[in-house]
Amino acid sequence: MSDIAARVQKITAENLDVDASKVEPKASFIDDLGADSLDIVELVMAFEEEFDIEIPDDAAENIQTVGDAIKFIEERKK
Amino acid sequence: MQRRVVVTGLGLVTPVGSGTKEAAWQGPWKALLEGKSGARRIDDLFDVSDLGCQIGAPVPRDGQLAFNPDDWVAPKEQRRIEDFIVFGMAAAEMALADSGLPLDSDEAKERTGVLMGSGIGGLDGIAQTALSLQEKGPRKVSPFFIPSCLINLTSGQISIKHQLKGPNHAVVTACATGVHAIGDAARLIAYGDADAMVAGGTEGSICRIGYAGFLACKALTTGFNDNPTAASRPYDKDRDGFLMGEGAGVVILEEYEKAKARGATIYAEITGYGLSGDAYHVTAPAEDGDGGYRAMKAAIARAGVDPSEIGYVNAHGTSTPLGDEAELRAVERLFGDAADGLVMSSTKSSVGHLLGAAGAIEAIYSILAMRDGVAPATLNLDNPSVETKINLAPKTPVEKSIDCVLSNSFGFGGTNASIVMRKV
Repeated sequence: MSDIAARVQKITAENLDVDASKVEPKASFIDDLGADSLDIVELVMAFEEEFDIEIPDDAAENIQTVGDAIKFIEERKK
Repeated sequence: MQRRVVVTGLGLVTPVGSGTKEAAWQGPWKALLEGKSGARRIDDLFDVSDLGCQIGAPVPRDGQLAFNPDDWVAPKEQRRIEDFIVFGMAAAEMALADSGLPLDSDEAKERTGVLMGSGIGGLDGIAQTALSLQEKGPRKVSPFFIPSCLINLTSGQISIKHQLKGPNHAVVTACATGVHAIGDAARLIAYGDADAMVAGGTEGSICRIGYAGFLACKALTTGFNDNPTAASRPYDKDRDGFLMGEGAGVVILEEYEKAKARGATIYAEITGYGLSGDAYHVTAPAEDGDGGYRAMKAAIARAGVDPSEIGYVNAHGTSTPLGDEAELRAVERLFGDAADGLVMSSTKSSVGHLLGAAGAIEAIYSILAMRDGVAPATLNLDNPSVETKINLAPKTPVEKSIDCVLSNSFGFGGTNASIVMRKV
């Protein structure tokens, strides 16, 4: 697992109060990890803080799975 | 014909201790009767070095009868709600457990509502978010900021947790909130809008901006920073302002016939509720206590009792120079000859002023005074500032048989509420 993936997993598990083992790349934040729309906003803010990036609202709307988040952040950090 | 309304459950989160699911009020009530004080210096909570008042009565988080938020709200949720909601949710769960109210059918859930108030709500959350907005801009404002601070979210969170789908309402009337919440909730049952209500008040405003604001109004005690437990001294000639407390009080109200049919423990019946406005000043009471007088008179008239039948009055008595005497004069005027021998005390001498929660915890103290035949003491009452025939229960609880009680709460803006309850 890349450094970014590990940090995404950790932040997601903490924010959504779920077991880290469930935070797989294919896991959907809403369908698999129990997040609601407010949770997602907060999670995106936590990613922004952790990785010192800005995730615009239209990009955030396309981040539906853990893998989407990892991919978006990896692109930004290249 | 209006329906009768009774109290079948109690829950307390107070500066002298909190209840549990197994004993929702017994611990904090015993601590109150033992004369415990919740007052202490609060240097550990926030910077008080430049504040005129450096003491308060926070809810203890360790030691005997400590409050542990993890017992009531999951840690993930706690980050998203302010303390006042956590206190309210905890006291509601205690009271529901104490009442044994059955909530096992859709109909029962739809016929049970929530009416919880708060004086100020998430004041610290608003202050902190305003600072963050200034420093980091709007994109760093949490999506949970608004729902963590809104006053009616206590009622909302309780309804979600326990699936209570009846009327969902809230009261915001400063320090009269708790009595208004219980009184209004009782009317919802009396008029048939609900069969049961979770009602009360909650407050968690011990924070720097709260102190700065109340100090600017000249409302807080300032002369006892080195002797905190002596600060709250209602009716005493050395009183100099109120001591800020925090916590929550919740009662479960039920329609009498239904409560009786299920064999519920009935603590008391809500028989009278009176409201009035001072139309006088934003923070000061009228010196003759006229607004309080009319609220009490209305409650007693509604209850259909003679003042002589009331065995105990839990006073608003905040330990402010003007308010205490105005209330005392109003009670004397209303009770007339019956003031001789009346017992009236201010439990704020122990727990401080819980603002929007005050009326609710004091209604509970009044119910328990009736149940146990003992009026709690007014601590620190060394030298009353005025002469009165009323027994103010100085320093020691007064044992007496009590069948009917009156509790007063008056708030900024000149809003007054009184409630009369009696044994069933």
